[in-house]
Amino acid sequence: MTLVLGLFNYWVAIFLMMVGFFTVIWRSNFVKKVIGLNIFQASVFLLYLTMGKVHGGTAPILNGSGVYTHPLPSVLILTAIVVGISTTAVALAFIVRIREAYGTIDEDELQQLDDAS
Amino acid sequence: MDHHLLVLQVVIPLCGAPLVLLVRHRVASYWAALTVAGVALGLAARIVYRVATEGTLSYALGGWVPPWGIEYRVDLLGAVVVGLVASVGFAGLLFAPRSIAHEIAHERHYLFYTLYLLCLTGLLGISVTGDFFNLFVFLEIASLAGYVLVGLGPTKRALTAAFQYLVLGTLGATFILIGIGLLYQVTGTLNMADMARLLPGVGRTRTLVVALAFFTAGLALKAAIFPLHLWLPNAYTFAPSVVSAFLSGTSTKVALYVLLRLTFGVFGPALAFEWVPLRTTMTVMGSLAIVVASAVAIYQSDVKRMLAYSSVAQVGYVVLGWTLMSVNGLTAAIIQLVSHAFTKAGMFLALGCMVLRLGSADLAKLRGVGRRMPVTTAAWLVGGLGLIGVPATAGFVTKWYLVSAALQGDAWVLVVLIIASSLLAVAYVWRVVEVAYFRAPDDAANGVEEAPLAMLVATWLLIGATLYLGIFGSAAVGVAKRAAEMLLQVAP
Repeated sequence: MTLVLGLFNYWVAIFLMMVGFFTVIWRSNFVKKVIGLNIFQASVFLLYLTMGKVHGGTAPILNGSGVYTHPLPSVLILTAIVVGISTTAVALAFIVRIREAYGTIDEDELQQLDDAS
Repeated sequence: MDHHLLVLQVVIPLCGAPLVLLVRHRVASYWAALTVAGVALGLAARIVYRVATEGTLSYALGGWVPPWGIEYRVDLLGAVVVGLVASVGFAGLLFAPRSIAHEIAHERHYLFYTLYLLCLTGLLGISVTGDFFNLFVFLEIASLAGYVLVGLGPTKRALTAAFQYLVLGTLGATFILIGIGLLYQVTGTLNMADMARLLPGVGRTRTLVVALAFFTAGLALKAAIFPLHLWLPNAYTFAPSVVSAFLSGTSTKVALYVLLRLTFGVFGPALAFEWVPLRTTMTVMGSLAIVVASAVAIYQSDVKRMLAYSSVAQVGYVVLGWTLMSVNGLTAAIIQLVSHAFTKAGMFLALGCMVLRLGSADLAKLRGVGRRMPVTTAAWLVGGLGLIGVPATAGFVTKWYLVSAALQGDAWVLVVLIIASSLLAVAYVWRVVEVAYFRAPDDAANGVEEAPLAMLVATWLLIGATLYLGIFGSAAVGVAKRAAEMLLQVAP
């Protein structure tokens, strides 16, 4: 029971990781690939946040006694989220340019167009 | 000033990039960028000098003492990589303006220089930092700038190549992030030196295996270790010439440096190689790389793509030296890291000169280029000899140490494979040499003349460095050997 419920967050993280990774590899539509990348990264954010969480812990603001959640993983993930957003922005910009140049954003169709030229 | 050396190495190009963006003017932004890269090179030279005379340098960011604050830490190996990145970066920028004038719209040049400096910042940052999360952030700065640089290529296929690079690169970076997270979970620190101290006490848990697996897989993607190299051929083929040179000389090499640092500096060979079967896996991957990628290179009709596959093969040599785990093997890996960076970047630059004058890197277009552009073609030839490992080039020094390390370890199969791979390199280098020197030039190439001086100087700076390492290399080999010994000793 503890294996399932006690590690619930980790199971969710692993599930999301697999969903994201599968989407990146399997989908040929570039926008879907980017969505997959986002899910994949989000799963890692969850992994970090889970490891910092202390049961019953509050925000680490010093006001007397109490149990605090470890702040460092949250701070790291704040940075990682910014990195993730930048990556998504660049990826979407590429997709716009690819659509302008080729008229499609489907990997298989792009492959055919490249092979033909 | 001298006290803040390590942080300035990162801060100056980081602040230089937005300044170049603000300048906007094509020529002025170029000179601004070149100045920044020049200052970075000067600082790198100073770091190399100080590390060589004083030993490892450490800098506490914001005055927070490590391991609580972020530490910048450069030892001998780090100094070698800093010097390498700064010099290839400077040579590339020297080469850039005439080359990109034909490949990128003029009004976008200032954006190119901005991205170039950002990429340089990231790569220098990776080499100086002693903190894993900091390393991840710099990796992403370098990668994001790198994707866009590739996407600036002259044909529309650059866009799909860059997108492919972005997807695989982001997967790699996220793998690295998972690895860092798991390591943080078991040790509670992000500082590399501190982690190296704590890891032996952690015990051999499954978390550690998974962390190492994710971290190595991510780095292997970034370093294009066969068979995770799929992004590389397209990215290098369709990127602007100078970007291919810059990325081939720095980006994959820095990832390999992190791999060395992670396995030897943090995990130590006992954990990384004996407990986890990393050694067997990597030996197989490296052996396949040097044979398969060299064989594929022979069949390429586009010379840029040929060089790209050759890069995958040459990365294999670093991997092999790394898995041999002896002082000679690691020395070979470190020399190969440096010599291949100079050789391949120089060859891409020489090819960039040819592309500038002939309009294409297609093998058929290069007919007789040896007579039209003798200085450029000679540079390419010297680089090619380095790839084969002919004496008096840096490639020979690598192969000498690699083969002697393999003999020491009784790895006869490796010796055979290394020689086979060198023969395959002869085949692909010869294909170009034959076309360039022994075929009559096209009539269409009548007006073709030698490349502009700045481009030739940049090319020969890099190619000259490989000759220097090959002929007067004993000092450099001494440095590599000291770095290798240091890596092996750091291990518990």
